[in-house]
Amino acid sequence: MKLDLVLRELHAAESSLADELVKVADRHKVDHEIYHVARDLARWSQQHVHELTEVGRHYGLSLKDEAQPDAGLLSSVRNKASELAGRRPEPGLLLLRDLRRLHRIAAGVSLDWELLAQGAQATRDSALLALAKRCHPQSLRQMRWANAMLKTISPQILAS
Amino acid sequence: METGWDTAMDRVVRHSVELLSEQGPSALGFYTTGQLFLEEYYTLAMIAHGAIGTNHVDGNTRLCTATAAAALKESFGCDGQPGSYSDVDHADVIALYGHNVAETQTVLWMRMLDRLAGPNPPKLICVDPRETPAARVATVHLAPLPGTNVALMNGILHEIIRNDRVDHDYVAAHTVGYEELAKQVEDYPPDRVAEICQVPAEQIRDAARILGAARRLLSTVLQGFYQSHQATAAAVQVNNVHLIRGMLGKPGAGILQMNGQPTAQNTRECGADGDMAGFRNWANDSHVAELARLWNVEQTQIPHYSPPTHLMQIMRYVEQGTIRFLWVSGTNPAVSLPELHRIRSILSQRRLFLVVQDLFLTETAELADVVLPAATWAEKTGTFTNADRTVHLSEKAVEPPGQARPDLDIFLDYARRMDFRDKDGQPLPPWHDAESAFEAWKRCSAGRPCDYTGLSYAKLRGGSGIQWPCTAEHPEGTERLYVEGRFWSAPEYCESYGKDLVTGAPLEPTEYRALNPAGKAVIKAAEYLPPHEPSSEEFPLHLITGRTLFHFHTRTKTGRAPQLQAAAPEVWVEMSVKDADNQGIGEGDVVEISSARGAIRAQVRVSGIREGVVFVPFHYGYWDASDAEHQRAANELTITDWDPVSKQPIFKTAAVCVSRVGVGDGNAAPAPTNTASRPVTADAPATCGGPAATADEQPAPAGGVR
Repeated sequence: MKLDLVLRELHAAESSLADELVKVADRHKVDHEIYHVARDLARWSQQHVHELTEVGRHYGLSLKDEAQPDAGLLSSVRNKASELAGRRPEPGLLLLRDLRRLHRIAAGVSLDWELLAQGAQATRDSALLALAKRCHPQSLRQMRWANAMLKTISPQILAS
Repeated sequence: METGWDTAMDRVVRHSVELLSEQGPSALGFYTTGQLFLEEYYTLAMIAHGAIGTNHVDGNTRLCTATAAAALKESFGCDGQPGSYSDVDHADVIALYGHNVAETQTVLWMRMLDRLAGPNPPKLICVDPRETPAARVATVHLAPLPGTNVALMNGILHEIIRNDRVDHDYVAAHTVGYEELAKQVEDYPPDRVAEICQVPAEQIRDAARILGAARRLLSTVLQGFYQSHQATAAAVQVNNVHLIRGMLGKPGAGILQMNGQPTAQNTRECGADGDMAGFRNWANDSHVAELARLWNVEQTQIPHYSPPTHLMQIMRYVEQGTIRFLWVSGTNPAVSLPELHRIRSILSQRRLFLVVQDLFLTETAELADVVLPAATWAEKTGTFTNADRTVHLSEKAVEPPGQARPDLDIFLDYARRMDFRDKDGQPLPPWHDAESAFEAWKRCSAGRPCDYTGLSYAKLRGGSGIQWPCTAEHPEGTERLYVEGRFWSAPEYCESYGKDLVTGAPLEPTEYRALNPAGKAVIKAAEYLPPHEPSSEEFPLHLITGRTLFHFHTRTKTGRAPQLQAAAPEVWVEMSVKDADNQGIGEGDVVEISSARGAIRAQVRVSGIREGVVFVPFHYGYWDASDAEHQRAANELTITDWDPVSKQPIFKTAAVCVSRVGVGDGNAAPAPTNTASRPVTADAPATCGGPAATADEQPAPAGGVR
């Protein structure tokens, strides 16, 4: 059985998604919708990491429940940088790049949840399947959000 | 410097032409209001979306009614008020969600008072952190902590479902999504909700019992939900109460997702506010093609690659310098938008060409490159449609003062000077006055939910208003929508495919088609998320802003009406007895209210507001301020944040602290005493009209012509 491998992968992927969402929020603090929604969505991934850590114990894994909101010095530096560049159009391109990257990371997470759900079904692990059913839709929503924001703001950034 | 119309318009046109050739349509933005006439909005929408081809047109309805429209689109696939004001006469339960009706819709409140004072009065449920006039007479008054409306609604839905007060036949025949809702609200038992919202669990159960037992339920919703955290998600849950109880489309069973301004409905239906004309779906190519045929322009001319740009995003583009021309008509963003120091700095940029069209020299006009004097109602002719779809004709009674011109004439003058043309070289827009604009609008509305084809100026002169849709088959209009559970939500017809209630991401057409192939109502569940700015040690109180009875918006008009001005002459802040006592603050003391954005000063009114919350009226700007400091406008304090679904800014979820800077002079705060700001102590002088407010009138004989 290789479910522990999938769990480990998924845990790493969710952690980096949580981390990336917080970083993108900080980098684009003056794009207020990005800032607030990315932080809301980071909370989903943080919760997933927490649940994966719990469930990992049953598979002999000791995963770190460490996807905590990054509120330290780096966060304030990113905030400040965002505010200083707030009047310039260039951060627009950076935002497009960040959303593109977020979409890719969330897509990876989504695929990992799918793998976990498939493995859980094959091994009749109902607890794991329930977890995947609960969390996977949120990964898809994170992905769609990145896609939708990209679609909405790119015309102005590219045409101006 | 004062000048003539030719000079002013030439300047506006020269800048438009330069920017169009330099950057294209994306450099131009328009920000209008909820107070013009239908004909003016439709003209502006065609100029912006059709003639120029910019995606950047919105109204200040974004601040007042965007969530009403969004909630209706989410639940019913389309904008359009389900209920009618006449439902007040039939309802056995009236629920007011964040709707201080006594101060925002006084005539509607009189209608409710009639019922409350008559035989078989309806039960009244009121959700408001303030002790409003409605709260004082309510059967149940719930005063939740700001930003927790979704939790409260989920708790109420939890109880209705747990008590099985669900109309299962209606749900099965006319809706999709019920199971998801039942699953979602399972997690919101009253005891948990009581903790989140800080209201007694028993009150939540009482409210749910009354709603569950209602036979004719009328619900109204306004800014307490629309301008708060998770605005659309909360307003949609009100729709859900009606859908699971089958309370739609019959007398007394209606929803009024209210509007804050007289013609906000027209801004929405004409497409001058981030929608497409005639409730067309920007994401549906065949709708855009139809509009292009109507306007006789190329389909590619009408931007539909993304949703029309909402106001807060327009401001961001101005901030970044990619919108360089902004035309503001009939609204005052320099006082009405959140985080004012930011807004002032955006609007004062030299690289921005700002045109302001208004009745008076507002705070925003002070920042403008060109100010255009506009006429107001009674000085011009046009139609307006109120919140329950009733269309009225408002005729010109007097000449506008000085050189002021109707907004319609100004927009048409701009179009002619810009020489906008359709595919055949004909002038665009093709109409020349209010009535010809109305006739063109009728063709645009044909076959859409807001169908005006059965109306004409002549017909509107005959009576006191007709509710759309009004067609050849329904020449007297339509009192209630969604009779017998038929909706406008079919995938090929609907105005919107809906959005994710948390992320705001639009559903793809294929997703919507899979979700709702048969065009039923959509029951959408939503999880509660904590507000983005919780209270803290530094800022322990929650700020909400709002209206008082005597003023409207930024007092551009009401501040100049002597009696209204006298009733509420200066800004104040309301605090609860407990919060005031904790800090040793008394009625009339001068305090500084601070948030992470700024600080203002005001006298304290100790009122019946709930503990932990302070209220500041948003009316007071700077045109008549006694000094040059920016210490008066409530929006110095508010946060830049908006609902991801409706894009409505959040004015009712910010953290502040209050500190005393001076003992009062013994006088009470300058707040009215006969409204939600009624003092808890009796020694404030009563607000009253005085001799100027009295009139002698001989009543017409009963049964006479009105």
